[in-house]
Amino acid sequence: MSINLAMQKSFEKHVEEELLLDCMRCGFCLSSCPTYIHTEQDESQSPRGRIALMKAIRDGKIQWDSSVEDSFNLCLGCRACEPACPAGVQYGALIEQTRDAVQEVKPQKKFEKTVRNVTFNHLFADKKDLNKAVKLVRFYQKSGLQKVTRKIGFLNLFPTFMSDMEKALPAVPRKVEKLEPIKSSKVKVAFFTGCLMESLFKEINDKTIELIKLLGADVIIPTGQQCCGALHAHSGELQKGLRNAKTNVEAFDSDEYDYIVNNAGGCGAFLSEYEKHLKSDSKYKEKAQRFSNKMVDISSLLVKLGLIDYLNTLPTSDSKVVATYQDSCHLRNVNKVYEQPRRLIQSLPGIQYKEMMKADSCCGSAGIYNLLQPEMAGKILETKMDYVREVNPTYIVTSNPGCLMQMKAGIHKDKLTSTIQAVHIVEIIYEQIKQVSKNLTTYEAITH
Amino acid sequence: MDKQIVQLFINIVGEKNVKQSTAQLLAYSYDATANFQALPDIVLSPRNTKEVSEIIKICNEYKIPVVPRGSGSNLAAGTVPNQGGVVLLFNHMNKIIDFDKENLTITVQPGMITADICSFVEKENLFYPPDPSSMKISTIGGNVSENSGGLRGLKYGVTKDYVKGLTAVLPNGEIVQTGGKLAKDVAGYDLTSLLVGSEGTLAVITEITLKLIPLPKYKMTSIAYFESLEAAAKTVSSIIAHKIIPVTLEFLDRKTIDAVEQFMKIGLSTDVEAMLIFEQDGDLSQVEQDIHVMTEIAVENGATFTKIANDEEEAEQLKTARRVALSALSRLRPTTILEDATVPRSELAEMVKRIDRIAEKYNLTIATFGHAGDGNLHPTCLTDVRDTEELKRVEEAFEEIFEEALSLGGTITGEHGIGEMKAPYLEWKVGEPGIQLMKGIKAAFDPNNIMNPGKMFAKNTKKRVVLQNVY
Repeated sequence: MSINLAMQKSFEKHVEEELLLDCMRCGFCLSSCPTYIHTEQDESQSPRGRIALMKAIRDGKIQWDSSVEDSFNLCLGCRACEPACPAGVQYGALIEQTRDAVQEVKPQKKFEKTVRNVTFNHLFADKKDLNKAVKLVRFYQKSGLQKVTRKIGFLNLFPTFMSDMEKALPAVPRKVEKLEPIKSSKVKVAFFTGCLMESLFKEINDKTIELIKLLGADVIIPTGQQCCGALHAHSGELQKGLRNAKTNVEAFDSDEYDYIVNNAGGCGAFLSEYEKHLKSDSKYKEKAQRFSNKMVDISSLLVKLGLIDYLNTLPTSDSKVVATYQDSCHLRNVNKVYEQPRRLIQSLPGIQYKEMMKADSCCGSAGIYNLLQPEMAGKILETKMDYVREVNPTYIVTSNPGCLMQMKAGIHKDKLTSTIQAVHIVEIIYEQIKQVSKNLTTYEAITH
Repeated sequence: MDKQIVQLFINIVGEKNVKQSTAQLLAYSYDATANFQALPDIVLSPRNTKEVSEIIKICNEYKIPVVPRGSGSNLAAGTVPNQGGVVLLFNHMNKIIDFDKENLTITVQPGMITADICSFVEKENLFYPPDPSSMKISTIGGNVSENSGGLRGLKYGVTKDYVKGLTAVLPNGEIVQTGGKLAKDVAGYDLTSLLVGSEGTLAVITEITLKLIPLPKYKMTSIAYFESLEAAAKTVSSIIAHKIIPVTLEFLDRKTIDAVEQFMKIGLSTDVEAMLIFEQDGDLSQVEQDIHVMTEIAVENGATFTKIANDEEEAEQLKTARRVALSALSRLRPTTILEDATVPRSELAEMVKRIDRIAEKYNLTIATFGHAGDGNLHPTCLTDVRDTEELKRVEEAFEEIFEEALSLGGTITGEHGIGEMKAPYLEWKVGEPGIQLMKGIKAAFDPNNIMNPGKMFAKNTKKRVVLQNVY
């Protein structure tokens, strides 16, 4: 069978015609698409263009070639086109289905294959492997080797972007100090720790737990949880993603939990879509529904548990520093959460919040996109950094590990490390509360 | 396309500005019109008027079709390259050339996004009123070529009322300038007006000078629900008779309201037959007075519910139904066909009723909303392009809708244009002598018929439906 026919058959099998027909080609999505904007408005790099291409391949109207493949590959999967669409086109589902269809027919390129292999078959398939890798990174950081390799610049042999990412690796975690609960509550929260967050960003996870406990709730970390599976699903490995989904749905299936919380926007969106993905699986359907219904992101949970009321009771600082917020695409476009993190930051006593232009537009991280498409990811990050410089904040606050690393990479690249810091929202809230309580203690010590 | 000709184009615009991959050709094979698609041979992005002129000279020499294209949000298949050839993009020609605060004009390149022009001039307390629904993505070049309308048309007019001057490349490659910044200019034929709305069939527009007006200071919104179409229509007539010209006066029929309620669950009463949205802008006292009078007129004419928005946020809430109308409708069936038959506003209720009867006759779902103030309706047919039998009925139904609109003194298109889609019906509106005159103009400009061929004029005019007088 020729690749054309094989691809057409695969598209027929994987890509739903009904979903394609939802697109009425009005073009309202165009201005929301980062790749359309960064290709000087090339329609073949727009959501409308990609949907037309999916349909043309499925209908056998055009031949499969590298230009068609590039168009699909260059999609960030940020889903900014979904809120912009008046017809409710499920673009996220369509690009996932397309990648599944392509994956089934087309062997990947070598670089992509290596990244994929390391990412899916090792790092994210098993938490133990990821922990091992992290230990290596830690050793690398601690031993001073990091400084040496940076000096020698051997990573510069790789696409420049990868060496920027290398610089963005988080520091070795410190022990997180406990916060005294301000009230008691009967709320029980199960924590979906996430694989990157639990390994590379362990400190942020510890602070997440402290913030929830501060508001009186109980935090439980169910055993047996796995990587959410989002990276798999976004890269044409939906079945592998669903394997993880089923494990997680089992691990969290308890009446005891009022909420299931996550602190990574990319994971959160996929976790909330378990319900949709497992709707025709009789064994998991109901469990997945319960799971997705309880799923909540950390910002929304903190607002629900009353953190803003607490923050408002804290004395405001005279010397405020500027913070801005970079939306996590999936938290914003899929879970529609964008007010809560902003409200939280605005309520922090030592922070003056400034919104940057196009904060809702992708930073270019997009899962493993910045490894696979370094050139486009670099362009998108450059534009993002222009907007950052306009606001000139002390902190860029993020809600997802990918965005966090990407923003750190951008800061390094532009040599802004002495003035700007990228942080996770949990970090800035935790540190601010810690700071105020320290000031209060000092004040009390002086006055008494 | 011949390799040597491709090389000629590359010599003009550079390799980077030539698109010819499979994906790119497919991506420029459509616009927003359902069921029209054709591949171009090449897609070019010139960087200035001179490059456009050089491209056009080659096209004219080799008789290659040229289709100028903005963002492809056209609703009459005006930018589908149905005879192949060159699709001309303006993604590099998207800048402001001149902003003249003394003469209140702005001169821009055609690729500039309409909404960007609006927000730019509004920062200076000036106003460019035409606001087609697609303005966030549509280009001004597209708007000028289509003579686009919008929600504010009733009070402020449409695109043509703001175009003062143009630079355009003729099909022989010569560059002409028409009009200018002047308020008065009667030197010769009004070529500016001729080119506005010519849908890329006469010349390629490369610079546009627009008139600006002072930005109105205040804006207010109110809504009214009615139990009958007549009550809503009487309200519209009565408002105009009271010498109030609101900035927008929008209308939704019951089917649209039902779809919105089903989609949004915002508590719209389902026994409502029609909804009107009023907006007025200007000085505070006048705006307040107009909004209150309009709302009172609605009550006098039997409105069952009215509400005046207290602030911008509430106004946005009240307008939700209108804003999501198309979204809500488009979710009902796979294919959405949006029409724009237009009648004198006095015939609004009659036209909506006739549309309903036609929908019933052909067993179709057609919901109607639109700009009540200027009689510009959007009968929207929900169908499925895969069902050829149903599609046949859709075509027949729309033919009857055109016929009805004409019989009420209206037109077959208020703001979407003729394109390829309505070309077979143009003669119904302008008559045989009208068509011949237009064809003569076309031939004078473009003897080789390279400019957007296959648009505006059809090979054959549709046989006119002879309607029995059943109403």
